[in-house]
Amino acid sequence: MLTIENLQANVSDKNILKGLNLEIKPGEVHAIMGPNGAGKSTLGHVLAGRDGYEVTGGSVTLEGKDLLALACEERAREGVFLAFQYPVEIPGVSNMEFLKASVDAVRTHRELPAWDAVSFMKKAREACKAVNLDQQFLKRGVNEGFSGGEKKRNEIMQMMLLEPKIAILDETDSGLDIDALQVVANGVNALRSPERSFIVVTHYQRLLDYIVPDYVHVLADGKIVKSGDKNLALELEEKGYGWLEGESA
Amino acid sequence: MSQENAQSAPNAEPLSDADQQIDDAINKEYSAGFVSNIESDTLEAGLSEDVIRFISGKKNEPEWMLEWRLKAYHQWLEMEEPEWAHVNYPKIDFNEISYYSAPKSMADGPKSLDEVDPDLIATYNKLGIPLHEQQMLAGVAVDAVFDSVSVATTFRENLKEAGVIFCPISEAVHEYPELIKKYLASVVPVKDNYYAALNCAVFSDGSFVYIPKGVKCPMELSTYFRINEAKTGQFERTLIIAEEGSEVSYLEGCTAPMRDENQLHAAVVELVCLDGAKIKYSTVQNWYPGDEQGKGGIYNFVTKRGIAHTNSRISWTQVETGSAVTWKYPSCVLKGDNSVGEFYSVALTNNYQQADTGTKMIHIGKNTRSTIISKGISAGKSSNAYRGLVRFNAGADGARNFTQCDSLLIGSECAAHTFPYIESKNPKAIIEHEATTSKVSEDQLYLCQQRGIDAEKAVSMIVNGFCKDVFKELPMEFAVEAGKLLEVSLEGSVG
Ligand SMILES: Nc1ncnc2c1ncn2[C@@H]1O[C@H](COP(=O)(O)OP(=O)(O)OP(=O)(O)O)[C@@H](O)[C@H]1O
Ligand SMILES: [Mg+2]
Repeated sequence: MLTIENLQANVSDKNILKGLNLEIKPGEVHAIMGPNGAGKSTLGHVLAGRDGYEVTGGSVTLEGKDLLALACEERAREGVFLAFQYPVEIPGVSNMEFLKASVDAVRTHRELPAWDAVSFMKKAREACKAVNLDQQFLKRGVNEGFSGGEKKRNEIMQMMLLEPKIAILDETDSGLDIDALQVVANGVNALRSPERSFIVVTHYQRLLDYIVPDYVHVLADGKIVKSGDKNLALELEEKGYGWLEGESA
Repeated sequence: MSQENAQSAPNAEPLSDADQQIDDAINKEYSAGFVSNIESDTLEAGLSEDVIRFISGKKNEPEWMLEWRLKAYHQWLEMEEPEWAHVNYPKIDFNEISYYSAPKSMADGPKSLDEVDPDLIATYNKLGIPLHEQQMLAGVAVDAVFDSVSVATTFRENLKEAGVIFCPISEAVHEYPELIKKYLASVVPVKDNYYAALNCAVFSDGSFVYIPKGVKCPMELSTYFRINEAKTGQFERTLIIAEEGSEVSYLEGCTAPMRDENQLHAAVVELVCLDGAKIKYSTVQNWYPGDEQGKGGIYNFVTKRGIAHTNSRISWTQVETGSAVTWKYPSCVLKGDNSVGEFYSVALTNNYQQADTGTKMIHIGKNTRSTIISKGISAGKSSNAYRGLVRFNAGADGARNFTQCDSLLIGSECAAHTFPYIESKNPKAIIEHEATTSKVSEDQLYLCQQRGIDAEKAVSMIVNGFCKDVFKELPMEFAVEAGKLLEVSLEGSVG
C-alpha cells in the first residue's frame, strides 16, 4: 500500500530524514517509536505534503502512485490522513462546516456518492458518539477552546468520517486520560480493515496494548534503526533507546 | 478586554451637532430663474456654475432646486479636501472630472454578452448571477421583456397600495417638492464635509423613499429593481423618510461588480427615522477595485447618516469589497430618548485597495444605545482602517455603547489599523470596547489542506466564519451572496 524508499527530507535547510525505508501492506498497523526530535512528526508532515518540508531524495508511493508529486490536499483526497500531534484551532469555522467541506472534497475526488445534509449529520453524530464527544462539539469552532484530550478525540472523529487509506496518528495518545485512551483505541480498532493501514506514532507501550501493532519500528536520527513485532515495544519500555545507539536497520 | 468610558478623542474630526443640523435644514432662498445655455449632451470636464445649471436643466428641475445646488457649489468652493483619512491616493483634480454624461443609449452598448469582457462574465458566473441579469449589468441592449420587468411592476403596485413612495430622487423633486424641501440636507448639512457639499451641487440621481405613519413596508426595497430605469451615476443621493412607527428595510447595491467609467464616487445617504420608526439599511459595495497592480479603480467617498428620533432604531449593515479607495462612515445621530443605532460592517481589501471606514454614534437622547461590530479583512498589499467615533453629549443619561472591532490579516504584506475615538461629556455613559487582530495562519491552512480542502476554499471558510456576526444581520438572500462575494474577492490572495 505505502512504500517509502530511502526518504530524505529537510526542514529549514536542516536535514531531518536521512534515508528512511518502510513498507506498509494493506490492513497493517505499524507503530513508530523513538526519542524526541528523531523525526517522527517530520515523517508525518512529509507524507502529508506540508509546505516547507523539502524532500531531497528517495520516493514514496501509495498504491503505486507517486505520492510526492501530489499537492497536500490531493494526498488527503487520495486517502492520506494525519492526526496531528498539536491540532490547531480555527475560530469561527464550525467543526461541522469544516467536516462537511472536508468530506465533500474527499468523496468528490474518490467519485463516491455525496452525502446529503441529513446523512452527513447522522454520520457525524455517530462519529462523535464513538469517541465520546458531545454533539455540541460539532457546532463549536474547529478545536476552538477544546481541551487537549478533546482535540485528539476530534482528530479521530474526523478520521472516522474521512475513511482514509493510510492514517498516521502522531502521538494521539498523549494527553488522553485512561478512559479516553480506550475510546480512541476502540475508534481505531473499529476502522481496522484489510484495505486500511495505520502508522501509529507513540512514546508509550500502553497504547499498543489496545491497538495491537503488526510491526514496531524505532526511528532515531532520521532513520528506522530497528524493527520488530509488538514485543519490541515491551523491550523498549524496559531498556529505553540507549542500547540501540549505533544500530542501523 | 473591556473598558468603561475611558479614552478621549484628540483627533476626532468635527461633526456638527444634531441640533445644529436640524437648524441648518434648508434655509433656501428661491430667486430668479435661469436659462441653460449649454445644449450638448456630454459635458466638458470641469466644474462651474454653468455646469450646475446644465445638470439641473437636464433634469428640468424647478428653480429652487437649482438655487440650492448653486449655493452648495459656492460653499464647496470655500472648503478644503480632507486629508485625515488613512488612505493614500493621487490628488484629485476636480476640474478634470466630467460632471455629467448623458445616459448611454442602448444602441451604443454591447450587442450581446459575447462582446463583454470575458473576465467580467466569468465573475458573474462565479457569483451565480442569472443570464438576463448579467445582460442588464453589462449594459447589453436587450429587446425582449424579461422577467424582472414584470416583477418590478408587481412590486410597484404592492408598494402603492401600502402608500409607500419609492422613486428616483429626481422624480421626487417634481412630485413631492414639500418633502424634499423639508428633508433634503436635514441630516447631512450641505457643508458637512467636502464631498457632501460637492454631491449637493452636482448629484446625479438616487432613490427617494417615504414610508407613511405606522406602515410596515411590505417588502425589502432594493435599488436593484431600479437598475434598469436610471443610471444613478457617480454622485448618488438617497433620502429615506420613515414616519412615526413605520418600518423599512432598504438594500443598496448588488454583489455583481459594477462597471463604471467614473473614477470618483461621492454619494450622500440621509435617513430620517421619526418616533418609533425602524430603518434597516444594507449595502453591498463592489465597485471596480483596480487591477492586481493597483491601477484604476473607483474612489468611493460616501457620507451616510441617519437621525433617530424617540424610540426609533437605525441599523446600518455594510459589506464593502470594492473600490480602490473607500472613505465611508455610516453614522447615527441618536437624538431621541431610547433610540438605538447599530453598525455592522465587513470591509475587505485585497491587492492595493485601501479602506478607511467605520461609524459615528452620537448619543444625544437619554438611554440611547449603540452597537458597533466591525470586521476588517486585509489581504495582498492592502490597507484597512476602522475609524469610529462614539460621542455622549451631556444630556445622554443612561446611554451605552458596545464596540467590537476585529481585524483579520491574510498574508504578511497587508495592514490593519483601528482608530476608536471616544468623547464623553456624560460621566454616567457606559462604553465597552473590544478589539482583536488575528491572522489566517499557515497552520490553519495546512490543517484544512490535510483534510482535502484547498487553500482558497479554506481562506473563504475562515473569512466567512470571521464575518458571521455581520452576515447574520443581512437579509437572507444577501447573506448568501455576500459569502460568495468575499470568496471571489479573495481569489489569488493565497497560494
Ligand atoms: N522548522 C524547523 N526548523 C528547524 N528545525 C526543525 C523544524 N521543524 C522541526 N525541526 C527539528 O527537526 C527535528 C525532528 O523534529 P520532529 O518534530 O519530527 O521530532 P519528533 O520525532 O516528532 O519528536 P517528538 O517525539 O518530540 O514529537 C527536531 O530536532 C526539530 O527541532
Ligand atoms: Mg513529534
